Amino acid sequence: MTAVLVVADHRRGDLRDVSLELLSAGRDLADAAGGDLHVAVISGNVESFAETLNREGVDRIHTVAHGEEFNHDVYVQALTALAADLAPEFIVVPNSVNGLDYAPAVATRLDRPYVSDAVGLDYADGTLEVTREMYGSKVETTADVADGPFAVSIRGGEWPPAEGIGDAEVSEFDVDVDEDAVRSKVKGFEEVGGGDVDISDADFLVSIGRGIEEEENLELVEKLAEVTGATLSSSRPIVDNGWLPKNRQVGQSGKQVTPDVYLAVGISGAVQHVAGMKGADTIIAVNTDPNAPIFDIADYGIVGNLFDVVPALIEAFGGEPPSV
Amino acid sequence: MKVLVTVKEVATVEDDFEISGTEIEERFLDYDLNEWDDYAVEEAVQLAEAGDDVEVVAVTIGPERSEETIRMALAKGADRAVRVWDDAIADVELLDVETKAELLGAVVEAEDPDLVFSGVQANDDSFGATGVALAETVGFEWAAVVNALDTEHVLDEGVASLRRELEGGIEELTDVELPAVLAIQTGINEPRYASLRGIRQAQSKEIDVQSLDDLGVGADDVASSLDVTAMYEPETESEAQYLDGDAGEQAAKLADVLTELGVVGE
Ligand SMILES: Cc1cc2nc3c(=O)[nH]c(=O)nc-3n(C[C@H](O)[C@H](O)[C@H](O)COP(=O)(O)OP(=O)(O)OC[C@H]3O[C@@H](n4cnc5c(N)ncnc54)[C@H](O)[C@@H]3O)c2cc1C
Repeated sequence: MTAVLVVADHRRGDLRDVSLELLSAGRDLADAAGGDLHVAVISGNVESFAETLNREGVDRIHTVAHGEEFNHDVYVQALTALAADLAPEFIVVPNSVNGLDYAPAVATRLDRPYVSDAVGLDYADGTLEVTREMYGSKVETTADVADGPFAVSIRGGEWPPAEGIGDAEVSEFDVDVDEDAVRSKVKGFEEVGGGDVDISDADFLVSIGRGIEEEENLELVEKLAEVTGATLSSSRPIVDNGWLPKNRQVGQSGKQVTPDVYLAVGISGAVQHVAGMKGADTIIAVNTDPNAPIFDIADYGIVGNLFDVVPALIEAFGGEPPSV
Repeated sequence: MKVLVTVKEVATVEDDFEISGTEIEERFLDYDLNEWDDYAVEEAVQLAEAGDDVEVVAVTIGPERSEETIRMALAKGADRAVRVWDDAIADVELLDVETKAELLGAVVEAEDPDLVFSGVQANDDSFGATGVALAETVGFEWAAVVNALDTEHVLDEGVASLRRELEGGIEELTDVELPAVLAIQTGINEPRYASLRGIRQAQSKEIDVQSLDDLGVGADDVASSLDVTAMYEPETESEAQYLDGDAGEQAAKLADVLTELGVVGE
């Protein structure tokens, strides 16, 4: 009996971390519902991916060999066919950029309710309870989802990666891909944001967020970086505004950094930002909002106005704060 | 060419707030155009400016209050606006993805656009799913997390040559056939401020309000599959050590911490 079908995530020849986390989330649901855990791995080197995905608790792995890289039209067709075959009670996918690109379509085509970005899943007596965050992580909610079968996406980093070596049955799943219905073509990839500095090398990052308000005010944190010997990085809005180049952006779509100290100034700590900096040894946050999610992961916190604290800090290190 | 832009009025929460039941109390909420939708509107208006015959229609699902937000889209250059609302929608606590796709899908069917721009996500409920679910509902092609679009190609050849922003500073180059829904990522452009003239003109434009009946959608179709059972401030696992005092004292303590950690050289 199939309880759960999880869908692995990979890119350019590598399985992404969330794939093994999906196995843990899927196994929990399969146990709660009483059934097997199935895994789908679509496109790329599916045999080698299947080997890695063969962890404890996995019952079956279905490989769909079609094309090298992710294509959402192929994923939708493959998953629709697999779901028809297996009738899983749950389809569980990653809330990754690729997940964003196929999961809502799969759920719609299969007429299942879709709940995205779960940080917790609980299944009992036929009811699925999903825990999610709202309002930029300021609150958490739980919601009951009516009437399975369900489709959910999970947030990366919330479940432990599955371990151990499994004895899943691996089999090829044949999908007769209707090429006429493949109306999108992936032509290639490009790395962006090279350039002068590599923030992922820095020991000490002073990172600035939307709290800085105006481009002119950047001078303030530039001065702080100068007197402390830190490297300047930022959250996404600063880069979106064109105030700093892309290679300074920390986060999911920016760079992953692991400095000794990460000083987050005027940054709220959105999940996509945190994804890039939670590996810092020491996190320090300066923010006017005592409820800002950045404080949840900070080692040191200053609840305060950056326009007061930063100049004082520059002075503490013997510098002359610019007037902004 | 016709471009439909989906926009959402989102609630933003003040620094200090209180929850009552499964909602944040109204007095702690402000309302604003969803950040991602602002970029979607700009992309549509830029497309209209680049082509001779491009109409931009903004559509929102929301109560009367949200007319303020959709007028922002008009002030920035959208030609027309549609607002979907109905008592049956007002009764739903949290609209799920299917319902939004269903309602917007009915508007797409009526308007028959070549392109639909939505935002990647709304920063209140952050489902990040409406655009792609809408595409599937109406049988359009789609792309999520689009951070560049080749305007000429779309206008001249009906192909959306675009970039999708993946994790870790990698972009995917993809061609998508029209009609299509593109879920727009921030940073794709620089959203303009509405001019005073634009704001004035927007005030006098009519907003076409559509009910479920008008759209041919049944009340059953808007019944949410989600029943919110609790809302609370997340427990923090952190043991952040807070540096107190006035700004000068906080800065002095922080300077000590940085020196102790050894990252600031003598
Ligand atoms: C697919 C996707 C990928 C993304 N990738 C990234 C990414 O790689 N990196 C990234 O950063 N984001 C990314 N984001 C965006 C992310 O969701 C947030 O929008 C962003 O991180 C918010 O940046 P911020 O914290 O600077 O701004 P905000 O969330 O606006 O926070 C500003 C903070 O500054 C504080 N503040 C205001 N004034 C002051 C003051 N005077 N003194 C002190 N504090 C003050 C406020 O209290 C607030 O907490 C991505 C989003 C999506 C959907």
